[in-house]
Amino acid sequence: MCLTCGCGNADDVRLVTLDAQGQQYHHQHHAADHQHHDHSRDHDHHHDHGQDGGKLSGSVQRHDPGTENLIIGEAILAKNDRLAQHNRDWFAQRGITALNLMSSPGSGKTSLLERTIAELGTAHPVCVIEGDQETTFDSERIQRAGARAVQINTGAGCHLDAPMVQKAAAALDPDPGSWLFIENVGNLVCPALFDVGERAKVVIISVTEGQDKPLKYPHMFSVADLVIVNKTDLLPYVDFDIKTFSSYTYSLNRAADIMPMSAKNGDGLADWYAWLQKSVSAP
Amino acid sequence: MHELAITQSVVDMVAERTDGRQVGLVRLEVGMLSGVVPDAMEFCYELIISGTPLEGSTLVIEQTQGAARCRSCGQDFALNDLILLCPCGSAEVELTAGRELRVVSVELVVEPCA
Repeated sequence: MCLTCGCGNADDVRLVTLDAQGQQYHHQHHAADHQHHDHSRDHDHHHDHGQDGGKLSGSVQRHDPGTENLIIGEAILAKNDRLAQHNRDWFAQRGITALNLMSSPGSGKTSLLERTIAELGTAHPVCVIEGDQETTFDSERIQRAGARAVQINTGAGCHLDAPMVQKAAAALDPDPGSWLFIENVGNLVCPALFDVGERAKVVIISVTEGQDKPLKYPHMFSVADLVIVNKTDLLPYVDFDIKTFSSYTYSLNRAADIMPMSAKNGDGLADWYAWLQKSVSAP
Repeated sequence: MHELAITQSVVDMVAERTDGRQVGLVRLEVGMLSGVVPDAMEFCYELIISGTPLEGSTLVIEQTQGAARCRSCGQDFALNDLILLCPCGSAEVELTAGRELRVVSVELVVEPCA
């Protein structure tokens, strides 16, 4: 598995851009920053016991004969978080508003983006980073809708992380002032833990998935800035009570905005567009 | 299965910080509300350390309990899940512990002088 990007295997992650005719261009993944896959270091053990030989980074203490204790005290995801901050700064310098869209597979993320591009794309530049384990289906849909997209295929990987988004954003090179939608791998678990440098996390749930999802997948709902409840056109056919769903969400995250929507018939889209405008002007 | 990626980050960080020296033990702090399952990390660790300076090392995971403070009544209380509700009934609750994901320390093997 990739040491930085969390994918099943570094060599499995593929970045695919499409030209205007849908022709695919495959980029080598992380070519420059994957030397850390090489574990065949020389094991030149230091014999200056108890001393930091100048290469150990941490404070070394003699512990008991035969071992030294090296204090590290660093967040496990520190490397990802540093790269996420780098992405955030990169977006800010260009006036790009990056939004991380997360949901189960099939909640309607791509349909919402198609509609958003069709209705806003001429007034405001939109670009999309598509994350899926396989295929370029979604980036092709986005391109047909009229926006530029780059596809990340994570192979066995279950989420996008900051290095993947960094690479994809550089390939996409969004115009200054763009909205950049980062459509994460469909998964209500893993993407919740990985900062990719977005301005806001948008969680999308469809009414067919059930009103109890916030309690079943609390990590995802606890980090959401906005929760879109999609496919409300199907409410007459399913047991989904928005009040109950909202109370579950608020029990985890009082600050979340909850927005009922049907990307199919257009209900709630005005609220979404207003929220997008607000996200641009937010500090 | 984000534990695979997260455990890989641990091994990556330790390998970078220890300059190829043999590692005997890695000590982590994993909060009970972090969304990471220690058993899954231990399983992944065994797979990942093969062929690295961490091969054969022990992973010790210290789990920290979830805790919160109520902004309404000022009470500190244990939290067993992410539902932010104080025993007093207030939802004005701030998480104070339980989301830690940290490499605390490592033990390096000291080879006897020849």
